Amino acid sequence: MKFTLSWLKEHLETGASLDEIVATLTRIGLEVEGVENPAEKLAPFRIAKVLTAERHPQADKLQVLSVDAGDGPVQVVCGAPNARAGLVGVFGAPGAYVPGSDITLKVAAIRGVESRGMMCSVRELELGDEHDGIIELAADAPVGASFAEWAGLTDPVIDVSVTPNRQDCMGVRGIARDLAAAGLGTLKPLGDVYRMGSLQPIDGSEPAPAVRTDDPDGCPAFYAQAVCGVTNGASPKWMQQKLNGIGQKPISVLVDITNFVSIDLGRPLHVYDRAKLSGPLVARRAKPGEQVLALNGKTYTLDDTMTVIADDAAVHDIGGIMGGEHSGVSETTTDVLIECAYFTPEHIARTGQKLGLTSDARQRFERGVDPAFLDEGLAIATWLVTEHCGGTPGAVTRAGRPPLERKTLSYDPGLCLRLGGLDVPGDEQRAILERLGFEVSGGWAVTVPTWRRDVDGPADLVEEVVRMVGIDNVPSTPLPRADGVARPTATAEQLVERRVRRTAAARGLNEAVTWSFISEKEAAALGGGAWTLANPISEDMKVMRPSLLAGLLAAAQRNMDRGAKSVRLFELGRRYLADGERPTVGFVLAGDRNPRDWQSGKAQPFGAFDGKAEALALLDAAGAPVENLQVTGDASAAYHPGQSATLRLGPKAVLAEFGALHPSLVKAFGLDGSVVAGEIFLDAIPTKRASGRIRPAYTPPALQPVTRDFAFLVPETLAAGDLVRAVRGADKALIAAARLFDVFTGTGVPERQKSLAIEVTLQPTDRTLTDEDLAAVSAKIVAAAGKFGASLRG
Amino acid sequence: MDIDQLKAEALGAIGAAASLDALEAERVRLLGKQGQVTALLKTLGGMSPEERQSEGPRINGLREAVSAAIAERKAALEGAALEARLASERVDLSLPAPEAPRGSVHPVSQVLDELAEIFADMGFAVATGPEIEDDWHNFTALNIPETHPARAMHDTFYFPDQMARDGKSMLLRTHTSPVQIRTMQAQQPPIRIIVPGRVYRSDSDATHTPMFHQIEGLVIDRGIHLGHLKWTLETFLKAFFERDDIVLRLRPSYFPFTEPSAEVDVGFTWTNGRRILGGNEGWMELLGSGMVHPRVIRNCGLDPDDYSGFAFGVGVDRLAMLKYGMDDLRAFFDGDLRWLRHYGFAALDVPTLSGGVGA
Repeated sequence: MKFTLSWLKEHLETGASLDEIVATLTRIGLEVEGVENPAEKLAPFRIAKVLTAERHPQADKLQVLSVDAGDGPVQVVCGAPNARAGLVGVFGAPGAYVPGSDITLKVAAIRGVESRGMMCSVRELELGDEHDGIIELAADAPVGASFAEWAGLTDPVIDVSVTPNRQDCMGVRGIARDLAAAGLGTLKPLGDVYRMGSLQPIDGSEPAPAVRTDDPDGCPAFYAQAVCGVTNGASPKWMQQKLNGIGQKPISVLVDITNFVSIDLGRPLHVYDRAKLSGPLVARRAKPGEQVLALNGKTYTLDDTMTVIADDAAVHDIGGIMGGEHSGVSETTTDVLIECAYFTPEHIARTGQKLGLTSDARQRFERGVDPAFLDEGLAIATWLVTEHCGGTPGAVTRAGRPPLERKTLSYDPGLCLRLGGLDVPGDEQRAILERLGFEVSGGWAVTVPTWRRDVDGPADLVEEVVRMVGIDNVPSTPLPRADGVARPTATAEQLVERRVRRTAAARGLNEAVTWSFISEKEAAALGGGAWTLANPISEDMKVMRPSLLAGLLAAAQRNMDRGAKSVRLFELGRRYLADGERPTVGFVLAGDRNPRDWQSGKAQPFGAFDGKAEALALLDAAGAPVENLQVTGDASAAYHPGQSATLRLGPKAVLAEFGALHPSLVKAFGLDGSVVAGEIFLDAIPTKRASGRIRPAYTPPALQPVTRDFAFLVPETLAAGDLVRAVRGADKALIAAARLFDVFTGTGVPERQKSLAIEVTLQPTDRTLTDEDLAAVSAKIVAAAGKFGASLRG
Repeated sequence: MDIDQLKAEALGAIGAAASLDALEAERVRLLGKQGQVTALLKTLGGMSPEERQSEGPRINGLREAVSAAIAERKAALEGAALEARLASERVDLSLPAPEAPRGSVHPVSQVLDELAEIFADMGFAVATGPEIEDDWHNFTALNIPETHPARAMHDTFYFPDQMARDGKSMLLRTHTSPVQIRTMQAQQPPIRIIVPGRVYRSDSDATHTPMFHQIEGLVIDRGIHLGHLKWTLETFLKAFFERDDIVLRLRPSYFPFTEPSAEVDVGFTWTNGRRILGGNEGWMELLGSGMVHPRVIRNCGLDPDDYSGFAFGVGVDRLAMLKYGMDDLRAFFDGDLRWLRHYGFAALDVPTLSGGVGA
């Protein structure tokens, strides 16, 4: 919401400086986003008269002017078609910065003729879009005077961000009222501002226009008055100046009046050309599929939830949002109908959202305009029309009834301290509320003004008092602190995430945070996403990721493109599945595992076992029982089918998958070579039962452990892990560990078999093992291995 | 041979032994079974007691002298041999050692850990909630009805109608505030929580990304007022930025789910052309806050006449930028290793109250 200082002062009698006003606005919740004084940028420009204009000797389209800007003749080369002797315009001397062209003027030779400055166009001074020629001022404009001062462009423009609750501050008058309540001056009576004796509509002799509302929900009240015999020319200079000052282009006096009242009072109006209407004007629901060409030149297709203003022939207005092109006023308009209606905010919001159409009128109606201001609004509009366009007003039609019921809240002034933390005496609170337009009874029944739809509870009244007294004055009050040392607050899941994150970082992985949404193609390559956005910001950010790998692979690829040789990335985040969001750790290892090195030779790529190492380390950090996990070769299609696996706890719970990625996925992400990845499904890991801090008693075995090696011939397809597990379980009391240390195929090993060598650690507990003991446990081990087709290698 | 002569000759030979093998040969020649000294020792048995009295010490002395000389020579030869071996084993330690990759923790994670540490001291637990939310939790329960202009201002990402759950349309949460609702519905006051997490807005430029991180604070109890909010924010910001000169400025504002509402600006000073928090040479907008709206409290099944509370929300990425000096939000989500190593944190940089919450 933009307005100028002088505009504000039309409503506010104040001696406050601009700085005070700006500071107060922000302090009371009307945040000032910017203050701009056009005089500053126009300061170097002066009014000048063209004394003579001659053809440029070298160029047909240029003229050589002699210009007087108060200091005698100056030579200027000018290309404007309207430049001529006698013209009074705006001159910039060398050194002046021209804001519209972003150049600083200097003395220059143009086609061999010296030019010492410039006569400016409207666009060059950022006063509008016109650039057909140089500015032409009135012939009596004082030569040598500051252009900005003469043109009244010294008015600072204040831009305020009005929060959605403040319907009243969508008009300059509401802002003035708030400032007055904050003690910055007094609000002038509205009649004085508009120089009107009465703010009530006056019925003329012509008959009242035929208008009605058939949609009391969407448009409860439709007031209208006609004026015949008007002349629609340019609006008066003061109105043009105000509108220009805030960047609104004046159009014609009838249009400008509606814009002016909307900004001045937050009261949108609409003016119809009666010649283009046929039959009564009715507020009704649109028929499904009905169309209207709006003033912005676009055609909108409506449905039956939307309120329109229509006559017998057509829709002329998307009620409260935008008028129709067809019945709008033009320079030939002579008879007008002025609409001052009340549209229900919720209906406006819904219609505006559906149509994707925003306008100054919508912004006001959807916040809610003052329902008690229809008569005044109409009276002011009619007054301005007759004042500036002539014509004769007719009688007033008041169709329907605006919602005038006023809310009364029972308020306890003590709430200001209890909720606001600010001790304000009752009398002061009462005075503040009254200055804001509230009526306060002796028993603290507070009646809310009709322009404050947002206030509907005692907490809102506290806010009014606190913002006027100054929210910054609220004293800081410590929260009560629990006795003793602060207690831990992290949940089990949070502790797991922290441990996993810092374990991964300690293992040399770099944590990334990547987008939760990925492209449809990426999602499809990773099993497909369950959640696709209806309104994505781009095709690349459309589907909620079903896997963390997409973001990590894309990041790996970007790093490789930037010249990285080795990428180790991980992310801790959610996968978004149809039935919920799953906390997950993903990692990607790409490029060189080790760089080429004087000791180890060539650079080495990552392999699937690097993925296994990371997966197990992270699972261990997450508290998973890594000793008991099964490795099964059924990872998702993202992976190389022969070099990937899942890690399971029991047959069902998949805790992780890892491996070399499928070459086609690697290629799809613009990578090459062996890329290893994995995901840990944190939610699948059983939470450890809390069992106190006391550890079990320390009982180191008294006897030395014994190791024995076993080499088995097994079918080539046997998973070594299965054999190790079988060996490990052959004698649970005696076997402390079984560790595979060699895999061999070749000489001495039959075709389609391999040799697996396992070191078994035996831990005697109560006596030293005898040869018989060793023979017995060996037999058990060989028997257990035999179930997998393994035979002891001779 | 005379004992003295033998001794001189033996010691000379031992000293001249050039290698351990030569020394061993000397030992065998002197002290072996057939050795010269051994032979002398054997003569002791055939002597008369008087002879033995005089010769015994001399012969034993000879043996001891020879043994000692051999041991000494052996040690010297071994020392020289070790030195020679070590000299041959010299390596160039200016050669590079095997490289270990250096990992890092993302600044957002680090800052969240810092915040958790600070707020734990003030009695706040960490709560989380879904990012794919329904419009009731994200808007309606927070006093933002369907037609509220604030809804349009949220630039919400929606899911198609057919994804609706229980008749509620689904969206990506635009703030962490829905977790306020979920927490108040699930647990009885007193409540003190912070809620970190990803939030989403359909917006993209240098200071806005369609996904970013927010942290929400919520306190619900009896007798909570705006002064508690102010203290909490001051205390947390001073601790987080590790400066005592943090100055806050509260401005009235509007959020549908708080009443009264306040925007909070934090003062900064210019240092080497950069805005550094602390002091009050200028103000920058930092966070939104307010007293929880009575209607929101009621929506969660609590009585607003009985309970009050405050809530605030602040961008985590922004906090990180202000504390650690990044200037482009988009880089947070790019995964550029150079950036991650530059702005990231070591695994063991765990923020603690005793060690400090900055690294």
